[in-house]
Amino acid sequence: MMALLAHPLAPYASLAVFIVAMLVAVGALRDRNVAFGFTLAALGFLLVVNVPAVLGGAPEPSPEMMAGLMRVDGYAIFFMALFAGAGIVTTLMSGPYVARLSPWPDEYYILLTTAVLGAVVTAAASHFVSFLLGIEVLSISLYAMIAYPREGRKPLEAAAKYLVLSGAASSTMLFGMAVIYMASGSLAFEPMAGLGAKDATIADIGVAMLLVGILFKLSLAPFHMWTPDVYQGAPAPVTAFLATVSKGAVFAAFLRYAADANILASDAIAFGLGAVAVLSMVAGNVLALLQESVKRILAYSSIAHIGYLLIALIAAAGVGGNAALGVETTLVYLTGYFVMTLAAFGVMTALSSEGQEADDLTAYEGLFWRRPVLAAVLTAAALSLAGIPLTVGFIAKFYVFAAGAEGTLWVLVWALVIGSAIGIYYYLRIIFTMIRKPGEEPVDEGIEEPAPPAGGPDATIPRLTATVTAILGIAILALGIYPTPIISFVTSLTGP
Amino acid sequence: MSLLAIILAMLAAGVVAWASERFHANAPRYVSLLAFIVGLVWAAAEWLMGADPRGLYAVQFIEWIPRFGINVTLSMDGLSMMMVALTMFLGIIAVVSSWDEIEERSGFFQFNILWVMAGVVGVFTAMDLFLFFFFWEVMLIPMYFLIAIWGHEARAHAAMKFFLFTQVSGLLMLFAILALVWAHHSASGEITFAYHRLLDAEIDSRIGFWLMLGFFAAFATKLPAVPVHTWLPDAHTQAPTAGSVILAGILLKTGAYGLIRFAVPLFPEASEAFATPAMVLGAASVLYGGLMAYSQSDFKRLVAYSSIAHMGFILLGVYAFNEWGMQGAIVTMIAHGFSTAALFMMAGALQHRLHTREMSKMGGLWVRAPRMGVMTLFFVVASVGMPGLGNFIGEFLALLGAFQKNVPLTVAAAVGIVVAAVYGLSLMQRSFQGEPNPDVATMRDFGGREMSVMVLMMIGLIWVGVYPQPVLDMAAPFIDAMLAPMATLPDIPLAEATITEAGLHR
Repeated sequence: MMALLAHPLAPYASLAVFIVAMLVAVGALRDRNVAFGFTLAALGFLLVVNVPAVLGGAPEPSPEMMAGLMRVDGYAIFFMALFAGAGIVTTLMSGPYVARLSPWPDEYYILLTTAVLGAVVTAAASHFVSFLLGIEVLSISLYAMIAYPREGRKPLEAAAKYLVLSGAASSTMLFGMAVIYMASGSLAFEPMAGLGAKDATIADIGVAMLLVGILFKLSLAPFHMWTPDVYQGAPAPVTAFLATVSKGAVFAAFLRYAADANILASDAIAFGLGAVAVLSMVAGNVLALLQESVKRILAYSSIAHIGYLLIALIAAAGVGGNAALGVETTLVYLTGYFVMTLAAFGVMTALSSEGQEADDLTAYEGLFWRRPVLAAVLTAAALSLAGIPLTVGFIAKFYVFAAGAEGTLWVLVWALVIGSAIGIYYYLRIIFTMIRKPGEEPVDEGIEEPAPPAGGPDATIPRLTATVTAILGIAILALGIYPTPIISFVTSLTGP
Repeated sequence: MSLLAIILAMLAAGVVAWASERFHANAPRYVSLLAFIVGLVWAAAEWLMGADPRGLYAVQFIEWIPRFGINVTLSMDGLSMMMVALTMFLGIIAVVSSWDEIEERSGFFQFNILWVMAGVVGVFTAMDLFLFFFFWEVMLIPMYFLIAIWGHEARAHAAMKFFLFTQVSGLLMLFAILALVWAHHSASGEITFAYHRLLDAEIDSRIGFWLMLGFFAAFATKLPAVPVHTWLPDAHTQAPTAGSVILAGILLKTGAYGLIRFAVPLFPEASEAFATPAMVLGAASVLYGGLMAYSQSDFKRLVAYSSIAHMGFILLGVYAFNEWGMQGAIVTMIAHGFSTAALFMMAGALQHRLHTREMSKMGGLWVRAPRMGVMTLFFVVASVGMPGLGNFIGEFLALLGAFQKNVPLTVAAAVGIVVAAVYGLSLMQRSFQGEPNPDVATMRDFGGREMSVMVLMMIGLIWVGVYPQPVLDMAAPFIDAMLAPMATLPDIPLAEATITEAGLHR
């Protein structure tokens, strides 16, 4: 049994088995908790049984093992654990939320588990086929999850927007893959060495098209236009999932591809990625200043954050960069980003009531005095996103600084400094709104007279959501004060 | 007790104070007061026990993030010891001065005070650059809350401005810290944030200059020096009394401390090259702060601007690169901590009684509250630099040091002392003397609680003013060690004569 579990493919297979079992079970047992329980079991199994088993089993699975399609190494295992954890958190947060939308929210959980399957496959991809397969499984599940509140106009609009734009991005990506294949004759993630001048140019064009698709999925500027609308329209827990697992999976595959195929060896591509990073850091932070909706603020903030993370990628995959440190930075950063983003959306989910998302800043007015725990968590998350010490966000930002300094990417590091400096303002604005008592003078002319808080001050907060959120808040502080455990875990998987 | 234990105890006391709110409205105040008294007693005990041969009163080392060579390295030499003791003392003042001012959520209020002060103690004792930056930022967030929640009418704006200035300049310092560490790493192959290792780092002088500027930006903003001082009048004026006491009394000193402990020793050559611009900023702060103080009609704002002027002397003294200048800066830090804390406490007391800070609505208050009048007079006189009180020693030594380095700037700064007398006496005149304001029929005078802390600060100022030798002795080992590599002063004989006159000889 253990030998079977230790097989590198066992996690993927087990997840698929769970999904099928869930499909059967929800047909047989009409109980609203069946799908919820199955999802937790599937993801918990992944996290608690599979990941340790694979870690303890074959330490160096040969790349050939999966016909070159997937590479289940420490890197992939790390993301498996991260996505399973994020999936569990999303599930717990979604429980009370989707229960209000539908008496039988079975399909929501099935879609969620399928999306996690797509994400873990993407993170392990070492070939365009598995890469595309993973991304599409993930995206298609997400379209339906975004549109899950069928009655609402905004979710449908968001889902349609995401479907059309994401589909366009996928096809561009597919075209890029074809062009790369034309130049190099291979679909595996490997360096395109020994190409003639003409083929090299064609390969660059292919890579550029592929990158357009990837950058779109990561919502990096200038391909970020969809992000605020989709974030705002989607239900809060789905936005949390989209912001974390979906972006994390694409980034994981992107980093693996960029390093394996050595795409930054091309000056044009390297320059382009650097420009995208700077543009994202600046545009994300500047545009976030103008928002009145917390979801849109977080959307723009995520654009900036993935921009910061791009520094780590360029450091890891760039010529002369320190690959190990860059990969380590990515893993630590994504962990921190997951925790703080999930915490922020967790608070939002907890405050959202039926048909009324706690989205507008005014809904958070005086939260400190009404819901001190939730407000404290959101404060921690906001400070963490701003990169203030004591929080995991600072450790993450410190890592990016370190990777940038090591790779002497000074222009990018400066953009990081400037972006972070701008960013403080809007994160503080969220905090200030929470400590302001309703009816007081606004922090600036941006906020008009306070509206009654969404759901009213007495709206019931689901206990489950609040508990999960509080745990995430503690994690933000704990990892910020003593990050050594996560650093050792990451280095044990990737090598120091 | 170890240093880390003290810091953690203060953090824990903050949590306890917050939680104790539900039992009694006064409970958080007592918890907080007790914590600071214990801290002060601890500092006094460490002082009495004396330093070890290295001149350290307490040392601690714990591994923290080995991946980057980051450790919890805390140590307390004479300089740190004085600053820590001042922190604890002003903590007591802050708690007492806000005893009946803060009625709302006093638990969370005391929590924030204790956390700010814990961060400050960390800043004064951290000997690891990462840890230093960590504490540097830790003291920021509770201070933001103190201003944003309990501040006066324009608190939102003031709190935001305070946070942005400090945070953005802090980012520049973080950038400089990392660049320094990586420059050291590429030269020696070792990643470390340890202060004593980085002191020996071989840095290309051109890069060193830019890195020094990163540190200088953060410290000059905190100090603050012209032209990055604009956050200070707003933050001070809007903060609650305890917040102003902490801000002026101790938070500004972290900037001065940073210059003395980090910016100058880490980059001696670059700092020397930057001495003239820094001294220009210092002299400009003295004059500008003084002139702006004179033109204020708001009691608290006047005191706030006077802080900028006093901090200018520190900048002059530090960048004079000699023992007198440095000593003058350190004495000024301590004396200014007492005098300004007292004046802000007075401003808070007036606002609490009159509900205004406008001096046009005061006048002749001496008749109504003679004890407050006497106290104000004493601290105003101290603040303008009356011989025999602490501020005089500090400013005199700073000017003496600066005189060796740059005569015109010293002359300009000395003019600032005249300006100080003008704004100081005008403050006294407009608020406590002159025709009694008919709108203020009665005003409660200081009671025993307020008088006792005022007298404590008086004693402190007189002590530093009459017998500053203990302060000078405590700071001397660090200053000597720091100045040793740049001991190239040409005019030793003259200088020695001057020292003897100033009573600086050891």
